[in-house]
Amino acid sequence: MDLTYSDEHEAFRREVRAFLAANKEHYPKPFGVNRPPDDARAWQRRLIEHGYAARTIPEIYGGFGAEPDILKSHIIAEEFSRAKAPWGLVSQGISMLVPTLLEMGSEEQKRRWIPPTLRGEIVWCQGYSEPGAGSDLASLSTSAVEDGDDFIINGQKIWTTTAHAADMIFCLVRTEPDAPNKYLGISYLIFPMDTPGIEIRPLMTMTGNAEFNEVFFTDVRVPKSQVVGARGQGWTVSNATLKHERGMMGDPNASAARMNSILQLMGEETLDGMRVIDMPVFRDRAMRLQGKVLAMQYHGMRLLTMQANRQDPGLARLIVKLQACEINHQLAALAVDVMGEMGLLYHDSPLSRSHGVWQKRYMFDLAMIIGGGTAQIQKNLIAERGLGLPREPKLAKAK
Amino acid sequence: MEFSLTDEQRQFQEEVDKALGRISPLERVRKAAASPHEFAQDVWSGLADLGIPAMLVPEAYGGLGLGLLDAVLVAELLGKHVVPAPFLGAAVIAPLALVGFGTDELKSDLLPRIAAGEMRLGAAIAQPVSGNHEKTGLHARSGKLSGKSTFVVDHIGAHGFVVADDDGRLFYVEADAEGLDILTIDTVDRTRGTAQLAFSDVAARPLDGGNEGLGRLADATRLVLAADLLGAGWKMINDAVEYAKIRNQFGRPIGSFQAVKHMCSEMAAGLEPGRALLWYAGYAFDNDLEDASLCCMHAKAYMAEAARFAARTATEVHGGMGITDQLGLQYWFKRVGWSYQAYGSPERLREEAALKQGLIARERFAVGAAP
Repeated sequence: MDLTYSDEHEAFRREVRAFLAANKEHYPKPFGVNRPPDDARAWQRRLIEHGYAARTIPEIYGGFGAEPDILKSHIIAEEFSRAKAPWGLVSQGISMLVPTLLEMGSEEQKRRWIPPTLRGEIVWCQGYSEPGAGSDLASLSTSAVEDGDDFIINGQKIWTTTAHAADMIFCLVRTEPDAPNKYLGISYLIFPMDTPGIEIRPLMTMTGNAEFNEVFFTDVRVPKSQVVGARGQGWTVSNATLKHERGMMGDPNASAARMNSILQLMGEETLDGMRVIDMPVFRDRAMRLQGKVLAMQYHGMRLLTMQANRQDPGLARLIVKLQACEINHQLAALAVDVMGEMGLLYHDSPLSRSHGVWQKRYMFDLAMIIGGGTAQIQKNLIAERGLGLPREPKLAKAK
Repeated sequence: MEFSLTDEQRQFQEEVDKALGRISPLERVRKAAASPHEFAQDVWSGLADLGIPAMLVPEAYGGLGLGLLDAVLVAELLGKHVVPAPFLGAAVIAPLALVGFGTDELKSDLLPRIAAGEMRLGAAIAQPVSGNHEKTGLHARSGKLSGKSTFVVDHIGAHGFVVADDDGRLFYVEADAEGLDILTIDTVDRTRGTAQLAFSDVAARPLDGGNEGLGRLADATRLVLAADLLGAGWKMINDAVEYAKIRNQFGRPIGSFQAVKHMCSEMAAGLEPGRALLWYAGYAFDNDLEDASLCCMHAKAYMAEAARFAARTATEVHGGMGITDQLGLQYWFKRVGWSYQAYGSPERLREEAALKQGLIARERFAVGAAP
């Protein structure tokens, strides 16, 4: 254990800090799940230029081209949090498609799609889940039938975040329905969202917003050259992407920031004139969560070191999504409870606190527990891959 | 920045793990638990051969000069093997109290013998650390102690005690001092000696630590128990997993049923993140970082709940066999129970954590006098 940084890393930290201090007037405004507006794209370009976004992506693909250095990435994250500076663009295109193309795409695909995606000029959505294929994603049935140099796509996708704002989709389709098992015969296709035959319907959720969409395909024609990786190998290609998604869904520093704002809230909210923090029952809940958040923060640093040393973290990594999403949900629940009846106030109701953001998180974070591999799927993975327990025997096929 | 153990630390852990398998196998634990008032000299000699009592003693006094993080790594293995040995009192609290707050004379007199494993001290510091359950306090008047101290650890065959009075002042008392009565109390965990000491005008040598000194000892004690919980908890998880692989019902291993799998995953996912918190707290203690005390409190509160969940769930995975003595799970179950309560239950620790961060005023502190 040595938690001091080398001179090189300390110097790098000063550099990031100086950059953020000098560029305050360029911070863009939040824009939700919509297309990044001009100021967000300008900020992104500025960050890439300095190596604070797309840091390790080669220059020929529009990145900064630095050698991977996990500690420097960690320092960037810490300093942006400390300065409350907006991150570079975080989107499914940048977090999931770009790493997948880098690993599996053709040279032509990399050069064509990565640079404008990094700059926020092309927005992507992910077409994976279907109404009949959620946890059992590999059973997906959206079909792509060969027709000359094209595929003709028919079927439906669901939980498609940002579909309404997307230019492009990366999508799993079944190209070989007669393959020996469900994992084979899936292909990973990319195509424009304005291709004729695509219909998008917003999916209203309990938060009152449409964070997701349904996407319908009717005879959508896509050239075969739009396959990423080999035809029929889409399952392998998509697993490379899912790995990136799960990594994205459990940032311990974000939980720590929420914890701190709840402690502040508990010092401000009063019931019959008594501060909530002075009530032992609430205080105990808060402190229990603080312990969990601290453990996940240090667990994250442990994983970071393992990653930097190219060790396989095994079980230690498998538990992160399950734990982190559950903790976030419990944090939101505590904040709502701290406010009691006032915690019910929503949107811009008179008397509402921060537009009912905690109530919204309490609902949306439940979606995070379900999405990206449900808690139950995570527990199967921990048991089978982390603890070596046997897989469920396959059911015999009905005769 | 390297958030990991060193190669030497990992090797040391492997060595100690192997040795403890020989020194304290389940049969030896059973024997110790059957006669909990006898000192397990062979086990202690085995630990002394490994240098364990010398870890926290400075090299100048014949010790190894290691840090609390190293002691934490050993404590994890002592929990894993439910070793019946006075590690906490003799190898952690005594050297830390003497090195930090003893006079030069006391240090040169006791520390070399502690390092060699020849001298063992018990610790009577629980009362001001975890609260006083009896209505009898312990007070010092003109250098003499009177009253009682409950939940004393590692008293069996001890040569002396590190004592904290109700005001948190520290003393060294010899075991055969006039006016000192030692009453063994039997807890559910028979791998650890626990006692009540009764003092009537007992001569005591002050250790010059003040309340800060007791706080430091409390931090170390809590972290060492958190590590014991981690080791005992993981041992129970591993036992449950192995059992679930070989126990067949309905024509298949019970571990292939999701209901059983999920029990195992929940145990592991709950316990494992605490390891990093333990390492950090040990590092923070050894380097005098500001948040050391807070992290020791959180580490123990976290581990206590995660290990208790593992202990009950692992027992349950074993079905009826889990509650019998045939597999011996009960020794781990009970050791976890002991560590859960001792030196601050989770509720008390979390109260202290809130106080420590200035979230509440001292008069709002709910569970008694904070140290």
